[in-house]
Amino acid sequence: MYEIDPARTDLIREFEAKPGGPYSAELTLVVNRLRLLPLAERHVLVCRKRGREWVLAKMPPRRGAPVALIEDHVFADYADAVREVFRRRWSAATGRGAGRGAAEG
Amino acid sequence: MKKILGYCDDWSAVAGGRVAFKIGAYGPDRFEAALVRVVCGDDHPDRGLFHEEEIDAPFNGWHAAAAQPIDAGSRVIVPEAPALAGLESFTVQAWVFPTTPLKGEQGLVTQWRDDPATGFALMIDACGAAALRVGDGAGRVAAVSTGAPLAERRWWLVSAWVDAASGRIGVRQTPGATPLERHEATESAADGVFAPAPAPLVFAAFTPPRVGGSARCFNGKIDRPRLCAGVRSTAEVDALASSPAPTSAHEGVVGAWDFAQGIGTREVRDTGPNALHGETVNAPSRGCKGHNWSGREQNFAHAPQEYGAIHFHEDDLHDAGWETSFAYDIPPDLPSGVYAARLRADGDQSYVPFFVRPPKGRTTAKLAFLASTLTYLAYANYHWHHHEPFAEATEGFWTTLEPTDVFLQAHPEFGLSTYDTHADGSGVRFSSRLRPILNMAPRTPLWSFNADTHILGWLESQGIAYDVLTDEDLHREGAAALAPYRAVLTGSHPEYYTTPMMEGLQRYIADRGRLVYLGGNGFIWRCAVSDAMPGLLELRRAEDGIRYRGEEPGEYHLELTGEYGGLWRRLGLPPQALVGVGTVAVGFDRSGFFRRTADSEDPRAAFIFEGIGRDEIIGDFGFVGGGAAGSEIDATDPVLGTPAHALVVARSEGHSANTLLCPDEIGFTNTVMDGVQNPRVRADMTFFETPGGGAVFSVGSIAWAGSLPHHGYDNTVSRLTLNVLRRFLDETPFDMPPT
Repeated sequence: MYEIDPARTDLIREFEAKPGGPYSAELTLVVNRLRLLPLAERHVLVCRKRGREWVLAKMPPRRGAPVALIEDHVFADYADAVREVFRRRWSAATGRGAGRGAAEG
Repeated sequence: MKKILGYCDDWSAVAGGRVAFKIGAYGPDRFEAALVRVVCGDDHPDRGLFHEEEIDAPFNGWHAAAAQPIDAGSRVIVPEAPALAGLESFTVQAWVFPTTPLKGEQGLVTQWRDDPATGFALMIDACGAAALRVGDGAGRVAAVSTGAPLAERRWWLVSAWVDAASGRIGVRQTPGATPLERHEATESAADGVFAPAPAPLVFAAFTPPRVGGSARCFNGKIDRPRLCAGVRSTAEVDALASSPAPTSAHEGVVGAWDFAQGIGTREVRDTGPNALHGETVNAPSRGCKGHNWSGREQNFAHAPQEYGAIHFHEDDLHDAGWETSFAYDIPPDLPSGVYAARLRADGDQSYVPFFVRPPKGRTTAKLAFLASTLTYLAYANYHWHHHEPFAEATEGFWTTLEPTDVFLQAHPEFGLSTYDTHADGSGVRFSSRLRPILNMAPRTPLWSFNADTHILGWLESQGIAYDVLTDEDLHREGAAALAPYRAVLTGSHPEYYTTPMMEGLQRYIADRGRLVYLGGNGFIWRCAVSDAMPGLLELRRAEDGIRYRGEEPGEYHLELTGEYGGLWRRLGLPPQALVGVGTVAVGFDRSGFFRRTADSEDPRAAFIFEGIGRDEIIGDFGFVGGGAAGSEIDATDPVLGTPAHALVVARSEGHSANTLLCPDEIGFTNTVMDGVQNPRVRADMTFFETPGGGAVFSVGSIAWAGSLPHHGYDNTVSRLTLNVLRRFLDETPFDMPPT
C-alpha cells in the first residue's frame, strides 16, 4: 500500500496552495492515504456556524464516546480549517510535523 | 450541544386533523415553541435564501420543559403470569448467537428485579460466558458461570437449571455444529437459591432497574427459548432444542417460544401449554436464520422452522415513547404545505417538521409536491461518517460534522439510520419516525429534506401554487392520492419506494398524469412499511447496489411484507421503466453541468427550452457541488425499460474522478469507472409522453435542485424547470409521437 514519503514537503505546499483541489496524481495518493487513517481519533471538523465557523475536532476512540472539540483551533475560513486537518493527519501518518516550517523546508 | 429536541406522532397530517408533539429537554426547564411554514431551509449566510413564515397557532409561546428518556435496545417481554410466578425448580434454555459476547453483562432469558435482587437471569457475564444469576429477594444472590467465553458469531445452546430441593444451580453451554473449529461444551454448578421476581419474563435484556442502570441488552440472535419445570437432563434439553415446538414427549414445558410465528408483527407466540405470549420492544430484526439454517431456502416463509431467530441489538429503537408536550388542531383552512414546530431554549433551536395536505377530498392546487418522507426516514439520524472508515474516500471530502452529529455520537439511544451499522456490525434494517430526528430539519446540510426546500423556495419564488403529499399518502392511497393533480413534482432524491408506491405512481403516469422527477437516484430500493409496526421503515439491501454495508445472506426478505428486498431494477419495475432514467453513478466532490443534445431540437421538446439558447450551458452553477448535474445521477437504458420514444434532451458533462459507476452498473471492476474517463457516467435529462395524454420529465440529478436558487432564482435551471412545469400544468393533452 502507498505510504507517504515524509520528505515530500513539496506536497504539503501544493495542498496548502489549493486545499480544495484538484490535486496532482501524487498529492491525490497522499490525500487518499490521509483519508484512510484509522477512524478512531481521526482529526475532523465541526461546522459550528454555517459558512462562518469551523472547529477542529477528534473522532472518539469508540462508538458512543463524545467527539472532542479542540477549542483553540477555530477557523473563520473553511480552507484554513482543511489545511489544519491535513497538517494533523500528515503528522499522524508520517510521524513528522507538517507545520509551516516543514512546508517551507 | 442540543438542549431541546422533539418529534411528532405523524408526519402526514391533514388540514382539520391533529398532530401531537413530544418534546424533551437537555437542561432547560422551559422552551419556546412556534409554528412555522418551511419555505427554504438553506441557512448559508451568504445566500440569503432562508425563509420561514411564523404562523399563529395556539401552542406558540413558552412551555415547561422536561427531560424525556429513551430506553433503546430491543427485547421481548412476556407479561407476568401465574405459571412464571410459581416457578421453583426449573430449566431454562435457548440457542444463542452472540455478536458481542465480550461487551459486558447481557440478558438472554431473565425474570429479574434489582433492589432487592430477585429472580433468575440466564445471561452472558462480564467474561463473555454463559451464566446464571439467581436472587431470593432476601439479600442472597448467587451466580454460576461456565467461565469460558462464547465464540462470537457461532451458535451455542445455553441452558441453566435451578434445583430448589438441593439449593444448587447450574449452567451449560454447548456449541452448535462447527466442523472446522473446536469449541468445547462447558458446564458448572454452585449453591444458589431463587425466588420468582415480580417482573415480566424478558428475552435479550434485563428488566431495567427502577432508578438508573441499563437493561443490559444482548447483541445477537436468540432461537427457540424454552422454560421447563424441574431440572432437565442434557438429553432432554437437547431434544427440546431440536424440536420446533414441544410435543407430548417433552416433559414439564412451561413455555416454548417460536419466533418464526408473528414475523412482521410485535407478537411473540408461545407454543407451550400456558400461552405465555409476548411482544417485541424496539423492533428487533425478525425473519432471521436460526441455528439450523441449511441454506436450502432463502425465504423465511418457505422454511419457518429454519428461521426461528430474532436478531436483537442494544441500539434498536422503535417508539421513544415520550409524553405529549402539546398538540395542534390544524385549522381546516391552513394551506397545504411543509410546516414545523420550531423549538427554542437556552440558545439552542430545533425543528419538528410535518406535512399538511388539504382536507380530505379536496385539492387546493393543480400541482402536488410529493415529499419523499420515506427517504427522509431512511436517512434519519445518519451516522455513516461516524462509523465508516472509507466514508471520506467515498465522498471525496474531509469529514465536516454538524453539532447535531456531535450530539448523536454521544447519544446512541436516539437510534440509527438505514445507512448505518449496529454496535455489533450488523446492518440497520429499521428506521423509526417516532423519535427525534436531528437531520430532517431546516438549517441542516443540503441533503434529503433540506435539499428539497430549495424546490419549495423555488416554487414560492415563481408563484406556483402547490399542495403537499407524502410518501405515506401515496403508499396508503396509491394513484388515487395523485389523480386529482394535473402534475406531480418529486423532491431531489425520492430513493425509497414501497410496492404500493411504485404501482401507484406507475398508474398515475399511465392514466394521463404528468410527473416531473426533479431529482436523482430515485425509485431505487424497495422498502416496506406496515400498520402492524407503525412509524417504521424497513429495508433489506439484497444483492448489490450502493448498499453502504452488506446484507446478511439468507435474510433478503422484508419481514413487514414478506417481499424480496433490494433494487427495483431487479424487482420488475426498474426506474428506467417508470421515469426513463435510473442511477448510474455517484460523486459528491464536484458536480457537472448539462449540454443540450440533438434531441432537444425535436419540436416535441421545444417547450422545454423556450428562452434557452441552443448552445447555452445549463447549470454550471449551484449550491450542491457547484453544478446542476451531480451527487447521484441517472441515465437512460432501453434494456431496463426506457421508453423507445423518450428524448434525451440534455446530457451532463464535467464530472469528477471521484464520480464513479454504481456497483449495479458494472460486471467487473476496472480502472475507467470514473466521471473523467467513462462515458456512462452522465445524467440524461429525459422527456417522454404517455398514451393517456400525460408525460414524464426527468432531470436525473440530485444536484439540480441546488441550482434552482442561483442568482435570485433567475437562471437557466430555473427557467427550464419553469418551462416544463407550465406545460405540464396545461390541460392540453400530450400527443404520442408517431411510431
